[in-house]
Amino acid sequence: MLVAHDVPGGAAWSVRVRAGRELRCTALGPDANLSLLLLRADDPLDRLNVPDTLKAQMSACVRAPMVLMSDRGIGLATVTGSSLDWHDALCGHSTDVHVAPFGLTSYQDVRNERRVSARAGLLSELRKHGRDRADLHGSVNLFSKVALDDSGGLARVPGWSAEGDWVTLRSEVELLVLMSTSIHPLATTWAPPPVRVEISEAPADESARLFRDESARALEQAARAVV
Amino acid sequence: MTVVPAGEGFVGLVRAGGTVRIIDLEGNQAADTLLYDAHDLDNRYSAFDTIREQRSAYLTTGSQLLSTELDVLMTLTADTVGRHDTIGGACSQESNVLRYGEHTRHMHACRETFLRTGAQVGIGARQLTHNINFFMNVPVTSDGGLSFADGLSSPGQYVELTAERDVFVLISNCPQLNNPCNGWNPTPIQVVVREPA
Repeated sequence: MLVAHDVPGGAAWSVRVRAGRELRCTALGPDANLSLLLLRADDPLDRLNVPDTLKAQMSACVRAPMVLMSDRGIGLATVTGSSLDWHDALCGHSTDVHVAPFGLTSYQDVRNERRVSARAGLLSELRKHGRDRADLHGSVNLFSKVALDDSGGLARVPGWSAEGDWVTLRSEVELLVLMSTSIHPLATTWAPPPVRVEISEAPADESARLFRDESARALEQAARAVV
Repeated sequence: MTVVPAGEGFVGLVRAGGTVRIIDLEGNQAADTLLYDAHDLDNRYSAFDTIREQRSAYLTTGSQLLSTELDVLMTLTADTVGRHDTIGGACSQESNVLRYGEHTRHMHACRETFLRTGAQVGIGARQLTHNINFFMNVPVTSDGGLSFADGLSSPGQYVELTAERDVFVLISNCPQLNNPCNGWNPTPIQVVVREPA
């Protein structure tokens, strides 16, 4: 284990991660949400591209063993495993509009118990790295499921994740990983649990390479992202 | 009125209250489209904010096309097709390599058109985002599946968008030859911008 960090519920965090690391994210309470953005550390204009990730692997959600792909066709990270078979990739992330029904609170009034949206948290982390609104791409929402019906309708599944649910990502290139544990934008209560993030050397994993040709090619491109 | 051949781009200002009509002249042609607040390029179309707030994966008449700040940039006020995609993104040379193999790397793709055309109004790689695919059919299923299917559009079908503020409309008329999004035969579209009444 290289680093272990518990991100409190409703907080945001960012970390630079070398290629070949495993990020193990574990929900420390029920109904967790982790809104996740990925940027290449050496080239932050190359960002997680959710549409390209979904269409290349013919999926409307994120699940193992999909590869998370960038704007420029690089496999950024592999979802090497998860106790859940659906992570939302269609609903963006919460904004102040979604937190307001539970009462937007100020630091002056409640100090660090204030309620911060995922958008505000992710932007705050992006700005620490000289990034801003222009760099805010679509995120994925780990631990959340928004079910689709066959006419394209969406409905969040309450209680989709339980305490102890987990997902592991393998970094395929050096990454800037940005995350918020604020609520999913379609959540109906304000009760975001913390999420534990443990970073270690990644074990060898062939699951994505064997999953689809598209996933394998994204890993090939990652290996030659910088020659 | 502008005819945009396949593989070419269009960018134009649509003033608040004005409209843009995009016509699929020969049918089954994907028109990859991005929208920007003309006075704040970072307040741009957001596919996932739009999908979430309307609780539907597809765009059709009445869809409010939202920005990252949740402003309504444009409203889809007419649609003779019935359903359009905003999950599938645009093609790029690099995503073609992932999807179809190395031999497609040098085939023309929408991302190049977005960059070349967007540069006219200051839209660069950092400003590009997840787009709308008018006339494209990308069904999603309750088990989490997604596919690129034959288009639902036919010659002369159109969409019309009404601007709710001053908006730059950036279009790439898709040159994709590797899937059925253009019926394997990319064809021209027509773009008609009308000033507010």
